Amino acid sequence: MGQEILAVIGTTLWMIVGIIGIFAIYLAVSGLCYFAHNLYSRRKESIKGYTSLKTVTFGDESSVTANRVASIAAVITLFLLWGIATGSKLLPPILPGPFVGDTSFEYTAINATGDTADATVFVRVHEAANKEAGKPTITGDGGAGFAKADTVIVPERRTKIIKVQNNDDGGKEPGFKVTAINGLAIAPKQTVPFKDGEVYMTAKGSLSVRPRTGVTMEALYLPPPELVWTRFVNVFQNGYLGVGLFENVFWSLIRVVIGFTLGCLFGIPLGFAMGLNSWLRGWFEPIVEFMRPVPPLALIPLIIIWFGIGEQGKISLLFLAALWIMTIAARAGVSGVNIAKVHAAYSLGASKRQILSKVILPNSLPEIFTGARVAMGVCWGTVVAAELVAAEKGAGKMIIAASKFQLTDIVIIGIIIIGIIGYGIDVLMRIAENRLVPWKGKG
Amino acid sequence: MSGLVIDDVSMTFELPNGSKVEALKNINLEIKEGELMSVLGPSGCGKTTFLNILAGFLAQTSGHMTINGHEINGPHPERGMVFQHGALFEWMNVSKNIGFGPKMKGTPQAKIDAKVNELLDIVGLQDFGEKMIYEMSGGMQQRVALARCLANEPDVILMDEPLGALDALTREKMQSLVLDIWKKTGKTIILITHSVEEALLLGERLIVMAPRPGRIHKEYRLPFAELGVGADLREVKRHKDFGPTRDEILNMIWDMEEEIMGRTEDA
Repeated sequence: MGQEILAVIGTTLWMIVGIIGIFAIYLAVSGLCYFAHNLYSRRKESIKGYTSLKTVTFGDESSVTANRVASIAAVITLFLLWGIATGSKLLPPILPGPFVGDTSFEYTAINATGDTADATVFVRVHEAANKEAGKPTITGDGGAGFAKADTVIVPERRTKIIKVQNNDDGGKEPGFKVTAINGLAIAPKQTVPFKDGEVYMTAKGSLSVRPRTGVTMEALYLPPPELVWTRFVNVFQNGYLGVGLFENVFWSLIRVVIGFTLGCLFGIPLGFAMGLNSWLRGWFEPIVEFMRPVPPLALIPLIIIWFGIGEQGKISLLFLAALWIMTIAARAGVSGVNIAKVHAAYSLGASKRQILSKVILPNSLPEIFTGARVAMGVCWGTVVAAELVAAEKGAGKMIIAASKFQLTDIVIIGIIIIGIIGYGIDVLMRIAENRLVPWKGKG
Repeated sequence: MSGLVIDDVSMTFELPNGSKVEALKNINLEIKEGELMSVLGPSGCGKTTFLNILAGFLAQTSGHMTINGHEINGPHPERGMVFQHGALFEWMNVSKNIGFGPKMKGTPQAKIDAKVNELLDIVGLQDFGEKMIYEMSGGMQQRVALARCLANEPDVILMDEPLGALDALTREKMQSLVLDIWKKTGKTIILITHSVEEALLLGERLIVMAPRPGRIHKEYRLPFAELGVGADLREVKRHKDFGPTRDEILNMIWDMEEEIMGRTEDA
């Protein structure tokens, strides 16, 4: 237990170092862009608005608006960093990539009788995607004496063990061993560099060829942007595992819409009931207050046990995710009604039903909208998580299936699409809010 | 009998710590139809409680209140209310706010429109019918609140510090407007204020209340409201009796406040 905690602390410290490193790079680029932007914009004459005349801006939140140039530069920077780190072909090589091409090294062997001879190993390093790389050709004499030239094909970033003695005269006899690579002595469990990588000798005396891997990331971990784009076009046209991209997203969305709508349909009246009646408030409060902090994801196992992995389970889960949020939002909306407005409406002769529809409902709309935005966000996150666990179609199902086949590009496509749709939902909700509740924050 | 009769009304309630508060004690008043009455008093004297009981939002614990011969129990459109901050419905435009009462009664839309236009004229908001509430200044909002109350043609208009949140200039204009409306419509108006000048200007009858327990301390009959109708209110303030009466009431309230402070310090 104590050791585990120590390990956690250690990991955390390393993570802090990593986070600081990443942030430092990103902020440094931001600083450079800021500097460049300032140089450029200083030359321009701009019309001064009222805000630009404020001298106190530090601490005045209203004078701080998002600089759109910064936003655009930030997104471009992200893509650039992505491209650089993965050695994208769209950019000139900035970080050294893995070695690809033909190379060779020479080994020196000693045989049972004590003679030495040299021979060349021709190495062909091919790109990971190129499955039909042929053997390299042996040029020159390759090897004089008992040692004979060898060829080896290695995929980029991989290593390959080669038994150079296999084709050498007397290579199988005891006493035969490789003693040097390019004139540098080597012994079992030692590594010797050559011009395009290194050679490691195994404990049993075989050579392991390791071409230089470079410092860019492998596509398995993070594919370069152009690969993701090609894959996107491919998945967009042909689908993945027989399900179209659009179909996957559509199914996720339809679940969210149904679950969210059900949540609103039951949550808002429930919230109103709790805000308007003491008995109902007391009756529902324990369950609402208990269920509110339970993350919907914690319900997934139970939902699967009860409803299986079909649509019913997922919609029930989303319904539960939205229900409590909408209930609490509607209740807060009712309690936020200025009592003077209710009094005024009664004095003007409104009935209870009219008070509910003409005063309480519109007055709680801002709160309900805030709740709806939260609920939509939670539902979207929950549907993806639920699909990760079990689904036939859906954005979450697409990425979990792709991850099992190490198709990182599809995973990234999925994440980007999920992010864009989540953002789109929020933007739509905000537009609807501005249209339907223009008085929000102005009452 | 017509008018408002308040017969020995008291209101006592218990605080969570068990102590009893006598918010109102033995209030007796008879307000005739068309009377303009202002109520004044230090904070905590129960004047808002009194108004809320009249409006029907609170229940008295003893005594009776009748209007036009029937008992008051709950809010009713016969008693319109104007609140300190308007309490307007900001999801409706000005016209819909004003037409709210008639609409709730199911009055035909054409009739409502005519009424709304007439009232917009009276309160000086002819061109603002389509505006949203949040686009208007505090003074204009209060004009809307007045119009909304009048649209229902109540017998009694209750005003809970309706001009308290306005700046001095707007306030003066609104005081003239209240007097105009009073004269034009002949409604009974009961107005709560904590401004002594306002109470003098807007009260044929002025009630000074005293705290702990909330009760009527003194009553005045004043000529200023009548003089102020259609006249310059600053002129009215120069009336020979205005200054002395104001000072007398101010001293009275000052003494009450001192007494409260003294008591809290003792405790």
